[in-house]
Amino acid sequence: MADKQVIKRAKYKSSVKDPGVAGVLKMNIERFVFMPNDPKSTTKLNVEFRMIKGHKFTKEGSSKQALLNLTQDQGGNYILEFDSFADPNAIAFHAEAGRVVPDKSAPPVNNEQLSREETERRIKLLQENSELQALHKQFVYGGILTEAEFWATRKKLLDQNDSRRPKQRLALKNEMWTVKPLSDGQTNRVTFNLTPEIIHQIFAEKPAVRQAYLNFVPNKMTEKEFWTKYSRAEYLHSTKNIVAAAAEAAEDEELAVFLKRDDMLANEARRKIRRVDPTVDMEADEGDDYIHLPDHGLLQNEAKDVLDSQYEPYRRSFSQDLNQHAAVVLQGRLIDVELGDTRTVAEALIRTKKAELSDEISNRNLERKLSDRISRIAEKQIEDLQGSPDPAQSHPSDPRDYFDSQQPNALKALGDAGSGTKPLRSSVSSREAYGSLRDIVSDIRVMGLSEPIVNQEVALKVLNGLTQNISSTKLHLGNNPHESVLDRLPKVTKEELLHHWTSVQELLKHFWSSYPITTKYLYTKVTRLKDAMSQVYPKLQEIKESVQSDFRHQVSLLVHPMLQALRCCLLHTTMQMYRRDLLRRRKTNGSV
Amino acid sequence: MKFQIEDVTVYFPYDNIYPEQYSYMVELKRALDAKGHCLLEMPTGTGKTIALLSLITSYALSKPSNPVKLLYCTRTVHEMEKTLAELRFLHNYQVKHLGPSARILALGLSSRKNLCVNPSVISAENRDSVDAACRKLTASWVRAMAVENPNIPTCEFFENYEKAASDAVLPPGVYTLQDLRAFGKEKGWCPYFLARHMVQFANVVVYSYQYLLDPKVAGIISKEMQRESVVVFDEAHNIDNVCIEALSVSVRMQTLEGATRNLNRMSQEIERLKATDAGRLRAEYNRLVEGLAQRGNLPITDTWLTNPTLPEDILKEAVPGNIRRAEHFLSVLRRLVQYFKGRLQTENVEKEGPVTFVASINAQVGIDQKMLRFCYDRLHSLMLTLEITDTDEFLHIQTICDLATLVGTYTRGFSIIIEPFDERMPHIPDPVLQLCCHDASLAIKPVFERFQSVVITSGTLSPIDLYPRLLNFNPVVSRSFTMSLTRDCICPMVLTRGSDQLPVSTKYDLRSDPGVEKNYGKLLVEMVSVVPDGIVCFFVSYSYMDGIVNSWHESGILKEIMQHKLVFIETQDVVETTLALDNYRKACDCGRGAVFFSVARGKVAEGIDFDRHYGRLVIMFGVPFQYTLSRILLARLEYLRETFQIREGDFLTFDALRQAAQCVGRVIRSKADYGMMIFADKRYSRHDKRSKLPGWILSHLRDAHLNLSTDMAVHIAREFLRRMAQPYDKTGAMGKKTLLSQEELEKMANGAGDMLF
Repeated sequence: MADKQVIKRAKYKSSVKDPGVAGVLKMNIERFVFMPNDPKSTTKLNVEFRMIKGHKFTKEGSSKQALLNLTQDQGGNYILEFDSFADPNAIAFHAEAGRVVPDKSAPPVNNEQLSREETERRIKLLQENSELQALHKQFVYGGILTEAEFWATRKKLLDQNDSRRPKQRLALKNEMWTVKPLSDGQTNRVTFNLTPEIIHQIFAEKPAVRQAYLNFVPNKMTEKEFWTKYSRAEYLHSTKNIVAAAAEAAEDEELAVFLKRDDMLANEARRKIRRVDPTVDMEADEGDDYIHLPDHGLLQNEAKDVLDSQYEPYRRSFSQDLNQHAAVVLQGRLIDVELGDTRTVAEALIRTKKAELSDEISNRNLERKLSDRISRIAEKQIEDLQGSPDPAQSHPSDPRDYFDSQQPNALKALGDAGSGTKPLRSSVSSREAYGSLRDIVSDIRVMGLSEPIVNQEVALKVLNGLTQNISSTKLHLGNNPHESVLDRLPKVTKEELLHHWTSVQELLKHFWSSYPITTKYLYTKVTRLKDAMSQVYPKLQEIKESVQSDFRHQVSLLVHPMLQALRCCLLHTTMQMYRRDLLRRRKTNGSV
Repeated sequence: MKFQIEDVTVYFPYDNIYPEQYSYMVELKRALDAKGHCLLEMPTGTGKTIALLSLITSYALSKPSNPVKLLYCTRTVHEMEKTLAELRFLHNYQVKHLGPSARILALGLSSRKNLCVNPSVISAENRDSVDAACRKLTASWVRAMAVENPNIPTCEFFENYEKAASDAVLPPGVYTLQDLRAFGKEKGWCPYFLARHMVQFANVVVYSYQYLLDPKVAGIISKEMQRESVVVFDEAHNIDNVCIEALSVSVRMQTLEGATRNLNRMSQEIERLKATDAGRLRAEYNRLVEGLAQRGNLPITDTWLTNPTLPEDILKEAVPGNIRRAEHFLSVLRRLVQYFKGRLQTENVEKEGPVTFVASINAQVGIDQKMLRFCYDRLHSLMLTLEITDTDEFLHIQTICDLATLVGTYTRGFSIIIEPFDERMPHIPDPVLQLCCHDASLAIKPVFERFQSVVITSGTLSPIDLYPRLLNFNPVVSRSFTMSLTRDCICPMVLTRGSDQLPVSTKYDLRSDPGVEKNYGKLLVEMVSVVPDGIVCFFVSYSYMDGIVNSWHESGILKEIMQHKLVFIETQDVVETTLALDNYRKACDCGRGAVFFSVARGKVAEGIDFDRHYGRLVIMFGVPFQYTLSRILLARLEYLRETFQIREGDFLTFDALRQAAQCVGRVIRSKADYGMMIFADKRYSRHDKRSKLPGWILSHLRDAHLNLSTDMAVHIAREFLRRMAQPYDKTGAMGKKTLLSQEELEKMANGAGDMLF
């Protein structure tokens, strides 16, 4: 593992401006070696990472070259340039790792083959979360956990991050593009500005323009002509002179395409209206409205401007544009192509539209779905009339409501006894939280002693109970600036305590999840964990004793549950070992 | 929960109940016991619908020998769906607690357009073409021909339904329109005709107002409803307008041209028929001689809109001799159309009563009152004889006959107004002849007479004594409930000044003032940055909204608004508005936040709820007065003054304020909900205007909030939102109880008589 190497093609530079010497960079966890392509060159490097005290690299996505700048202890630095961006990350990872634990002889590098994205994601997570990073440092580089083990308990974090990623695309700008003629006042000319971003927006909002583009360009006209024509149409439209627009359109059929109402939008609207939420469907009302048969009923007070039927198709309102714009922005960026090429943008948009359409066609049972939706709305309608909701059924997306509803329960809930372990509720006072936690721990101890092999379910419960209570207490204390015991402690102690909390949590999680021990692997893992725990144990004791007498009581209160949990684990393993020993001896005896 | 109200056990599907819901049920039960009509005002957000449904269904269950039928009228289809969904929730609860004996049949009824499942029919563009397309496949003569000639298309869903004959029934349950469609698709039966058929047997029917109020539709749909029915008009604050509209007709040049085309087509048909099947025309003639204007029992598929006059006003006599022959009738219609064309040539506004109008028709083209009265039935009969299926093409001539029949039947409560152009655009000639009804009591009278109990209910019926006068009936119960709030979850404000301390108003002289437009815009810009989720803005009219949005766009205010929220806008096109609303909701759901621009008398204000995060703030820009120069309105005001001694100013203010209250009332749908309301016009600070607002708004309108400027309003909004974000006790433990559990309710009922109200 130690000789795992990363080999990269890179250029070594003495300064940023320097063209650099091309060569090969080999890195393992301890050192990096740079061999120039040109064997005669003298710029060979062989540096241990422990000499490096910092690294910088150019941000991904920026247009600059991918540079890695390693700063040396004694001053001076190495600048390396890479071909692509993904790799500096990996290198940085090595560099970072090497820098952090320079004295470890066997640094644990993943023995599984990780894809590049996977590594990147992990690195990113570590970068974002300093607590996680600290844990990672402590356990993975401390050799207590392997990389895989560490991440195995954080699958969710990884997945979540992954699934969130495609959604985090840049949204369309919520700004309407309007023709703001920039005339120079002298000539009779009007200038417009179009950027790829605007073009994308126009295509998304106006399918007719998109279609026209695909039809006309480049066979009938050039791109420039096309947009000139479009701008002209927009300009005509902005003058609100329908008659003039119609007259121009009559002479120029391509212009007419832009000026006429967008039939594709109208079709789409007709399709969409079928699957609209029935509780807002006003179109359905028209079906029952026999009063407003043509010419029945009283005239609306609204004056409608009367137009000859020949001008009708040219009528377009700002409101329509506004709605269409907002709808498109809401839908978000559908396509994932470079905005530079107009044609690909148009085609990509059409593809997504088609996919949408086929989705809708395949979507059977529309009525049932709509009907279910209204039923759900109806049941939710007067929420406060419903009795206090069952916490298990409460909607996860509404944590606030849940919190509100639980408020009155919170106090009395603490005393409740459940099956096996104590039920867990959010706590109000920290004292009570500790009290219940202590009880839990002593329960575990009793169980751990009386029952040599812990039932898996119980173990899980215990584990959840512990971790949750620890973390919730921490959260509670951390969030309440007036009552927090932690805040009154010296900062160093506080940091240390919090760190131990998380690390104990991590250890316990791994420890209990390894039970029952069925394989050799788990056995070694438990042993490792046990060792780590026994290291933490005295440290905690130390903290307890080191603080000033004013706080000692409180700190011991804080530390006590952790100590108990650890003691319990240790005891448990000892018992186990003893049992194992006994078993083995019996076996050997038997064979003899 | 279940509880007793006197002898009725009420099943209520929630664990708790608001005290006002309980009182509402008590009053409603009194009205049902007395078999009389009632008028109940209860603020929005207190669960009127579910209280009403619970009581009436429980009432029916408690009297199994003679259960009452419930006809529940909503204004819109989506309210219909929502009501049915609530009913289903209630029904499930009742079945769970009472067993199968509680099963009822409840269904919604709408037009073919909303129920049809035949893809070739439903693809038609509007309601009338869907109706016509259906008729083309299902009319009795078409089906008769299809038996002989298999190439003639018919509707498989209808044929299957017919084949199933008496087996085609809906099992008990609650059916929304969507459910009906799903059921129809599954069985292969036509849901529309199935629903029409099942309406007679259903315990609860939910349909549109117009199916009871508009005689044209009521004649075919609601003819056979039994007297022992309870009729409910929900959200009935506009019921007087629906009533007068149901009996009003207007005729334009296009109508007359269309009518002429219709007449030409009919005369061709008559010629063709004479050559091929003269017997049919003769048979019709003989039937008319015998006095039957309407052919007895038509197959369900052949029915069309019926006579526009009220049932008891339809003449039960023989059709006059001079219009019995098809050709003669056509020539009468031609003369009538010609007469109308002549009248539309006028250059001045003319206004006259029906009597003068009829006399002038008689004098000029020789058509007397009796002939006019029979026009509609005669036309209907002729169209059936000619076997016309594309009824959507014949709406023009139908309009003319509607008008003729109405004007020939009624002598008072109507007037005829001819305007050569729109007052606001005198340069564009747009002549129109309108027959307008002023008396809202006419259309609703048969409903009050036919059914034992009629319940009129809404969130805003203030002043509650005005409605019995407008609709001319005597309610046995007339109550207005206030709302007991757990916390101050509504925050009404009157904004009189903009950020520059100048007054804002939509009064005519200030309306197009750029300063006012800018101040309104600034108000919204400030609010979008403070208020989370959805904001709804109401404007006084479409034209005003278009104008101000355009000017905001030009001045960059719209761009500032867009930096915070998406902007959607109501247009006169319903499809577009519906999609905009759907998107608005999505934007609120996903947390993007949005603003919806709407119009005070528009469709959105009428029936869409902006509850919870869909509306945390409503801004009412201006006072939504009707267009006071409109001749129709003036004529109605005159009529109201003469008949009911209601002063013009009072009526106009009442009407404007009920619209405003209706608009702002849309934000709150339960006591757990919260929302702000800004009345942005200096006129709201005047006592005479403000006092017309419903009590539940007034009681929260603090004196300090009566004269605000933009910056103060923003400050109050921030405070309010912060306060609302705090947890609170939902049962209202301090002082008054605002939420009752079953035990508390029982205790209260047993205790000393009257409750919290």
